[in-house]
Amino acid sequence: MSEVNVLVQKDSAQEELKSSRRRDFIEHAFHALFLLSAFIGVASVITIGFFLVKESLSAPLYTGADLARYLVEEEGQSIFGYGWLPDGVVGTIQMLTNSTWAPPAMYGLAPMIAGSLAATGLAVLMGVPVGVLTAIFLAEIAPQRVVNVMRPAIELLAGIPSVVYGFFGLVVIVPLIETVFDVPSGASILAGSVVLSIMILPTVIAVSETSLRAVPPQYREGSLALGASKIYTIFNVLIPAARSGILTGVILGMARAVGETMAIIMVMGNTPAMPQGVLDSAITLTANIALEMSYATGVHASALYASGVVLLVFVMLLNGSLMYLNREKAK
Amino acid sequence: MKKFAAGALALMSMFTASSVVAGETITVSGSNSMTSLMEVLAETYTNKTGNFVEVQGPGSSAGIRAANQGTSHIGMASRAVADSEIEAGVERIIMANDGIAIVVHPNNTIENLTTEQVSKIYRGEISNWAEVGGERAPIVAVTRDTASGTRAGFEDVLSLKQTIAGKKVSAISPRAQVANGNGMVKTTAGQNQNAIGYISLGTVDESVKALDINGVDALVANVQNQSYPVARSFVLMTGPKTPDYAHAFVEWILSAEGQEIVAKKGYVPAK
Amino acid sequence: MFTPDNKDKILTGMIWSAAVLTMGFLIWILFYIVSNGIAYVDWSFITDDYTRTGDEEGIWPMIMATLYMVLLSISIAAPIGIMTAIYLTEYAKPGSKLVKLIRFCTEALAGIPSIVYGLFGMTFFVVALGLGFSILSGALTLAILILPVIIRTTEEAIISVPLSYREASYGLGASRLYTIWRVILPAAMPGIVTSLILSIGRIVGESAPVFLTAGMVARIPDSVFDSGRTLTVHLYMLTTELYTQHDWNMAFATATVLVLLVLAINLITKFITNKFSKATY
Repeated sequence: MSEVNVLVQKDSAQEELKSSRRRDFIEHAFHALFLLSAFIGVASVITIGFFLVKESLSAPLYTGADLARYLVEEEGQSIFGYGWLPDGVVGTIQMLTNSTWAPPAMYGLAPMIAGSLAATGLAVLMGVPVGVLTAIFLAEIAPQRVVNVMRPAIELLAGIPSVVYGFFGLVVIVPLIETVFDVPSGASILAGSVVLSIMILPTVIAVSETSLRAVPPQYREGSLALGASKIYTIFNVLIPAARSGILTGVILGMARAVGETMAIIMVMGNTPAMPQGVLDSAITLTANIALEMSYATGVHASALYASGVVLLVFVMLLNGSLMYLNREKAK
Repeated sequence: MKKFAAGALALMSMFTASSVVAGETITVSGSNSMTSLMEVLAETYTNKTGNFVEVQGPGSSAGIRAANQGTSHIGMASRAVADSEIEAGVERIIMANDGIAIVVHPNNTIENLTTEQVSKIYRGEISNWAEVGGERAPIVAVTRDTASGTRAGFEDVLSLKQTIAGKKVSAISPRAQVANGNGMVKTTAGQNQNAIGYISLGTVDESVKALDINGVDALVANVQNQSYPVARSFVLMTGPKTPDYAHAFVEWILSAEGQEIVAKKGYVPAK
Repeated sequence: MFTPDNKDKILTGMIWSAAVLTMGFLIWILFYIVSNGIAYVDWSFITDDYTRTGDEEGIWPMIMATLYMVLLSISIAAPIGIMTAIYLTEYAKPGSKLVKLIRFCTEALAGIPSIVYGLFGMTFFVVALGLGFSILSGALTLAILILPVIIRTTEEAIISVPLSYREASYGLGASRLYTIWRVILPAAMPGIVTSLILSIGRIVGESAPVFLTAGMVARIPDSVFDSGRTLTVHLYMLTTELYTQHDWNMAFATATVLVLLVLAINLITKFITNKFSKATY
């Protein structure tokens, strides 16, 4: 009797051990799977960076450096770094600072860089305050019934294709700017940034609202219990607590703005000259790629890849500095 | 660019692999401004013979390359193709002519410009309508993207070229706005009182005003008798690798039936 | 003048006007497009084939291509994105170098402009991997493009699941995997679905990276290796070649269908979310 008992006990112990080992194995396998998934993003960034850089390498060497040599030797101009810096560096500086885009001779990216920065900056300036305040409205002020209508509406705004925004901008906003500011052409940085600011609203609102709602209710209750007003609580307790999420929304919004192509092509005029003001036409890095990629070959194509790399560097710098900022504040 | 050729090749193999229509598949690629005409010809031809025609419009230069490399059966270019651009065995066939209309807003008081005035406007040397006899208002010049065959044709005809660092580049002012299609130019010119643009003659309608050039009306008849100065040819190119069933398609385009479609679409028949 | 009370009123006013402005823009754009386009949307417009001779000007091939693109991109990106978010929130040591690297790359992906994805997709998937201009090339490109949206939003949703849920589950002897599967994911489901809605919107809305990778052949794709023209690419092609009033009508009609499609996707997803959250709690 007792022997049997011991045996059964031993058996069940072994069973348990086995099943716990199996469980451990499954746990480990899934852990590995999750880790692997997380690395797909990393791998993508590396592959994208590698291919873009590889394709863009010939541009500074064969246009910038050759051009610098020509300008120095044939036209007697002085080019920064010529003669003592490596060709690639001279070429890169030449590309980034030259304001003449005239393929197949000159590939100056300065007007496009200025256009992209101006349009994005202005769009963020106009779009982010409206977006964050709307997020506050949704998370804190609006009654549930209003939220139930507004949130799907804003998700719809996110789903409207950029081509539609461009179409709208072309037919409505461009003529409006012509009338209001009395300028010869309304196709301008301002038109571009108005369209962009509407386009980034859904991203800014969705992410900001999520993070505002994620603030623990104790914060709100504590502040209100101390006699603070609802508005005071929102601006002095909730927003600081949700700051990292709101900044994420702003980054994603900026990313959308700086990367927008089709809408911008339709409303900004695409003039490859240095813009003189916000009511002047301009071209962005993205628009230039989209307009010329279909027929560009050789060095010209490489120069367009180089525009892609400039966009990439811009985004990396932006993300890096915001990550740094968030880390400092988290301490 | 090697990559692009490889891409085009991949594209072509895609089409042949995915073709569900019985019969042969004829591949045509090149000038973007020829695709709308070519697609109509292609579809009519497919319905007639059962041979499928795939049309891609990456641009005239790509069309010349495709004909040289044999990546497409037929290449299309909407500009004069120089001898130096093609390889031995590649034939050029003019399938139609196209006038380029210089268009302005219907309210603009200008009726006529000389080719020199148009050229100066696009170089940025004339920037006010008063300088060409119009009202005192700044000119908003609208050009096409550099991939456009219409732009290439326009630059050729008006010698809008300059030399920078030993290379020939476009002389169109960087302050001219760039539109990414005939339709976009038309929309801008139809909307903005100060705008000037250029589009295929076949696409002009009442939303814009086509100017007389050197006193000649922008009319199909004037392109045909070669009195209208801003005109160009639509060129097809076939190479040694072009199969007979593709040659048959070219012959059909040049036949009375094909040329009738050309005329119906607003272009000027080659014959 | 700036008593706390007044300040509150001013700020409240600003919040309300921002909300009104947002809704105003939405209604303006929607009304403008739908009022100009709805008259030309009928059954045959949706179900007809598209031919350049002008016999048929329907958008059926474009609708199918769009559908393929959405389904394929989401089924590639959603598992990867959700698993990454789980790793970052439930497994990784917060603040470790690894987490920083992954997070930096995710943010970088979010920032990469879509046209750059197009360039990359064309060089990598279309040419280097030899997939050609196909739905598959397009979907792979778009999958990377939407990955950061899914990761970020899912992460936020998982983080906002109260710690007490996890503690209760562990306290009852549940394993980590079981807790994730049965407790955390269901609780975070509305957030995950939101991330998928945002992604679908992005896929339907993209044009530049799509026509650089999936081409623009206006035919119903037979397989994922076929080229296809999505609705948005179709609309873009239409807007660059607007000549007659009829062309404008067709463009507005296509835009109307796109907007209604996005609306339908949102409503269906909302319906599913509601059911889901009722089943869980």
